Amino acid sequence: MMPHVLTRSLDRSASIFLLVVAALGVLIPLSNLLLPSGSIFQVPTYLVALFGKYVCYAVLALSIDLIWGYCGILSLGHGAFFALGGYAMGMYLMRQIGSRGVYGNPILPDFMVFLNYPKLPWYWHGFDMFWFAALMVLVVPGLLAFCFGWLAFRSRVTGVYLSIITQAMTYALLLAFFRNDFGFGGNNGLTDFKDILGFNVQADGTRAALFLLSCLALIIAFLICRAVVTSKLGKVLIAVRDAESRTRFLGYRVESYKLFVFTLSACMAGVAGALYVPQVGIINPGEFAPGNSIEAVIWVAVGGRGTLIGAALGAIVVNYAKTYFTSGPLAPYWLFMLGALFILVTLLLPKGLIGTFNEWWEPYKARRLSDAAESAAREDGVSEPNPAE
Amino acid sequence: MNIMDTRATSALLYLDGVHVSFDGFHAINNLSLTLAPGEMRAIIGPNGAGKTTMMDIITGKTKPDQGTVLFDGVTDLTRLDETRIAELGIGRKFQKPTVFESQTIEDNLLLALNVDHSVKGTLFWRETRPETERIERVLETIRLKDARNRLAGSLSHGQKQWLEIGMLLAQDPKLLLVDEPVAGMTDVETHQTAELLKEINKDKTIMVVEHDMTFVRELGVKVTCLHEGTVLAEGTIDQVSSNDRVVEVYLGR
Repeated sequence: MMPHVLTRSLDRSASIFLLVVAALGVLIPLSNLLLPSGSIFQVPTYLVALFGKYVCYAVLALSIDLIWGYCGILSLGHGAFFALGGYAMGMYLMRQIGSRGVYGNPILPDFMVFLNYPKLPWYWHGFDMFWFAALMVLVVPGLLAFCFGWLAFRSRVTGVYLSIITQAMTYALLLAFFRNDFGFGGNNGLTDFKDILGFNVQADGTRAALFLLSCLALIIAFLICRAVVTSKLGKVLIAVRDAESRTRFLGYRVESYKLFVFTLSACMAGVAGALYVPQVGIINPGEFAPGNSIEAVIWVAVGGRGTLIGAALGAIVVNYAKTYFTSGPLAPYWLFMLGALFILVTLLLPKGLIGTFNEWWEPYKARRLSDAAESAAREDGVSEPNPAE
Repeated sequence: MNIMDTRATSALLYLDGVHVSFDGFHAINNLSLTLAPGEMRAIIGPNGAGKTTMMDIITGKTKPDQGTVLFDGVTDLTRLDETRIAELGIGRKFQKPTVFESQTIEDNLLLALNVDHSVKGTLFWRETRPETERIERVLETIRLKDARNRLAGSLSHGQKQWLEIGMLLAQDPKLLLVDEPVAGMTDVETHQTAELLKEINKDKTIMVVEHDMTFVRELGVKVTCLHEGTVLAEGTIDQVSSNDRVVEVYLGR
């Protein structure tokens, strides 16, 4: 069953994208580790970690594009799934510290000793094993998305109402994780990680490996998304996006499709968060902030929704701009610039960078399409629900 | 009462004493209607007569406050949702042509085929010969064979109407509900649509809502006139259009 799914999903631009990601995933760590420091081709370790962070964001952007670009589900709370994956990984990393913590308690992480926890809360059990934590990275966001989606989609909550309740969901989690008695380190979150699978998280080699793994995760997530959107299921998703009730009257159980793709997307976001945490060295409730989720939606809009490649690219471009501008004299104006970027993209490039590029490129690529079909494709771009709504 | 019971089992579609009100407005008022298997029925009526609401009830979009809606004499449609009702074999064409505009005509028909509609089934779907042939036949019937790879959004209004009828054919339902199929069509297209519906009627039951009297006359079938959510008159087009009350309702009193 798999081969035909794969061959169908790899067109030319998808293959180029995968090759570029694979090449960067191998070359950047190699350059960091093998070239002498100071060489102009050597990528310094801090940049490897920074790029690794971008790649995780790209996976999160893919997960949003899958539901928003193809199924029309605008989640403004996807940062929650990202953060939950991150917390699951953070819990594993906390348990790895063992007696090397400030208080030297072999079982309890520092913050629990500080807060006078008598023993490890039940939900922390098992996280000393990597396989269990890795499983939870998928299961916790997936289960939350499943329950949330089951209630929301069955009650036919759609459009802006769904966006609002996803926002409420991430905000509720933000408040919960801020509480000290919730058992996840409260305000400070989880940090001071020592090692992962026995390797020092600060070491160059570990950082290089984490970068490589993030690129691998991006490749796998991209392949899964492509397999989904190029299947007949992908056509059903687009049908749901464009005319939901029509799809119902054709005999499709729309809520099942939404639930499937929403849960899949949440699992992907969870993996992104899990790879993000060891690279940045901390996870705290700030990751649940509604603003983060909205920013992630902006990456997708900038890159081009419904293009996958655009989503990944948008995440990297916008975050690079963020790093660049927030470290210079323009730092106080970054949020204004982000807002302006979003407004300009919505007004001038409603299909985003990649969507607009495709529009120029495709007439050359496919002359067999009649002129009428092309102009209709352009019209479609304008009439698509715009991201500001 | 006994007569009613036997009719209920032999009719393909059976509505009895159906009431629906929205915020106190009685959209459907004690509506009773039956459709025999293989029949084609035209529904006429002024704006607000409840024609579209009736279709909403039959397809599960609106739940009636009271009354019976039976399909095939046994299935109570008021208990089922749109998806289940579509699976049972009731297809619907909307008043405003609703096709998947950003997908090709061929994909529109592919989506409409009454094959496995489960998430798993569509994820691992592969094109099969019988499916391709069915799409081929429908494309021929609706005369869009040369346009198969065009986006549905690029079609003219009339072509969209035909594509939607084509989607109904691909769905292969037992009962077709067709809401204003010739709205916005030229005279030639209207004539062709009448021919097409008559062709489809050879093996399917059809309920067609239409304002265009020339079209209804051309269909030459039994006509039901609705007014204020209830049946005002029923019979041939000549009987109905000469009915005093129908004239009164259409011309205003």
